[in-house]
Amino acid sequence: MKIIRPQGILIDITRCLGCGQCVEACRTLHGQSPEPEPGARLSASDRTVVDERYSQPVRRMCMHCLDPACASACPVAALRKTAAGPVVYDASRCLGCRYCLQACPFDVPRYEWDQPVPSVVKCDLCADRLAAGGLPACVEACPAEAAQFGPRDELIAEARRRIADDPTSYHPRIYGLEEVGGTSVLFLSPVSFEELGFPTGLPSEPLPDRTAVAIERVPGIVGVGALFLSAVWWITKRREEVARAEGPAEPPRRRRPDPPETTGNEEEHHV
Amino acid sequence: MSERNLRRRFWASFAWLTLGLGLAIVILRFQLGLGAVTNLSDQFPWGLWVGFDVLCGVGLAAGGFTITALVHLFHIRRLEPIVRPAVLTAFLGYVLVIVALVIDLGRPWNLWHPLVMWNPRSVMFEVSWCVMLYTAVLALEASGMLFEHLGWRRALTLQKAFTTPLVVAGVLLSTLHQSSLGAFYLLSPGKLHPLWYSAALPLLFWISSVAAGFAMVLVESRLSGRAFGRELEMPVQRLVGRMLLGALVVLALARGLDLAVRGVLAHVFDGTYEASLLQLEVTLGILLPIVLLSHRRWRARASGLWAAGLLTVFGFVIHRLNVSITGFEASRGATYIPAWTEIVVSLALVTAGFLAFRWVAAHLPVFPPRALARVPDRARRWTR
Ligand code: SF4
Ligand code: SF4
Ligand code: SF4
Repeated sequence: MKIIRPQGILIDITRCLGCGQCVEACRTLHGQSPEPEPGARLSASDRTVVDERYSQPVRRMCMHCLDPACASACPVAALRKTAAGPVVYDASRCLGCRYCLQACPFDVPRYEWDQPVPSVVKCDLCADRLAAGGLPACVEACPAEAAQFGPRDELIAEARRRIADDPTSYHPRIYGLEEVGGTSVLFLSPVSFEELGFPTGLPSEPLPDRTAVAIERVPGIVGVGALFLSAVWWITKRREEVARAEGPAEPPRRRRPDPPETTGNEEEHHV
Repeated sequence: MSERNLRRRFWASFAWLTLGLGLAIVILRFQLGLGAVTNLSDQFPWGLWVGFDVLCGVGLAAGGFTITALVHLFHIRRLEPIVRPAVLTAFLGYVLVIVALVIDLGRPWNLWHPLVMWNPRSVMFEVSWCVMLYTAVLALEASGMLFEHLGWRRALTLQKAFTTPLVVAGVLLSTLHQSSLGAFYLLSPGKLHPLWYSAALPLLFWISSVAAGFAMVLVESRLSGRAFGRELEMPVQRLVGRMLLGALVVLALARGLDLAVRGVLAHVFDGTYEASLLQLEVTLGILLPIVLLSHRRWRARASGLWAAGLLTVFGFVIHRLNVSITGFEASRGATYIPAWTEIVVSLALVTAGFLAFRWVAAHLPVFPPRALARVPDRARRWTR
């Protein structure tokens, strides 16, 4: 039996001609006219673009994070990371809450704002083509081999080799190696990634770890909370009964009128 | 016609106009998509309907769990008269939040999906479950009023028997999802401005919701007192005022400590756009009400309590909008200003809440009998 090795794409910006063949291939695959929308920004019809705003033409597409924030955010698992690498979307499950757009650290997912039955739109690493043994359409279309498809570990080795072989042409960092716990899509660049508008301050731990901390507290809060509230209920009830049994010696309204200045702290145990 | 009547007529027509316009916009939204009536974008996928209708709606309904807990679990009997109004406010608040979600979700007909399609790693999944369950709990808590009105003794007895477990469940569910609304934003480091992004967001959201809940009780008491010509029960109001003070002091300490620990306290005073917004929110919604409430003279007066409550609510709303919208502007390189159509829909929901509260209060035993004498006549005229 063959073990599935997670696949990915290595995009080498030093090789990119800015020809836009990848964009055309992707648009054609998704039933659109080959000509991309002006502005070269990801959109509900452009899953990938060649961004010309910087010193180098830069591909933009979903990074296919190893532990994707979008998938962890989705309440109904409409987005999920597959073992083969792609992060895929199932519109039939989707609620349209847009938490995935809110959560993605790379601002990738797009929404069909002008549709009465809207979907989230993002690159799916051509998951269907991969399953059939093919290559992503954009990789296949690239005339300069600026995009290479393969198992992620091999791509990393290849990227390291290129940097080592030609340290003057390459910025030493592989983008996607560690960002938010690593991504299946990796980038090599001639200049720093900051200069190309990539988010560079991202933590190296997966973002879902941060919400996991909150969610893992749930059982504890429920357990301790239920115990605490029951105890309070029982104790204050006892006290009330005792007070009642002892009769009007201690009138229930003894705290009226407004007692002397309170610090506010005495209420702390109520809130 | 007296001036008072004229004014009533004016507000009534204004309310119905808002509702009608809101409904028309909602119909458009379902025909043409969210983009047609909102300024939402891929940079700002969440706008006013999430930031105000959902985040503030849930937060301001927190009086439902705090007051029921204080009376039924802490046995602070003096608060008994405000349990029902607080539960009603909370129940209507949650119903409106769900209506807002139906309007805001792209595919609201899939609203039930979290029941069967699970993703326990998702904060949104947890919130969906908690909101569904807690709305059911609130409906059960509020059902006592209906049973009493209908004279269904046995149903009422049964409902009363389950009060304690219901209240416990309500507190736990509220605690979970009030804090989870803050946990939403834990996924957005580097996107949400560091003045607001914090690992403590869930805790801060919870504490501020407790304060907002008390503040809403003060605001709601005053409004319904006016609407129904009811005397405010000052001892009860004062007690709530003191609890609000306690919650606000805890909130102030928590916010200050959080900023200090994260080392951004200095940025509060560096004069940026975000800094001024933070100052506004803290001054208006935390510091001013603390000052008001800690002076015995003001705390003793209806107007002082009313002002403190109102300020807290305003500050709370600004905080939620800062976390959900303005705190994202810098990193998005874009701004979001709600379209007038979004504002009208939000206004319509608030209006619907007021009208529904009035209607229910006029027909069901929401307020203690003594105070009810003049209710039906005047309230019915308004809702007719
Ligand atoms: S880049 Fe964004 S959309 Fe793509 S997998 Fe990562 S989190 Fe999801
Ligand atoms: S918009 Fe759809 S895919 Fe995105 S998080 Fe919400 S339910 Fe999941
Ligand atoms: S992998 Fe497929 S969907 Fe993604 S950008 Fe390339 S062609 Fe488009």
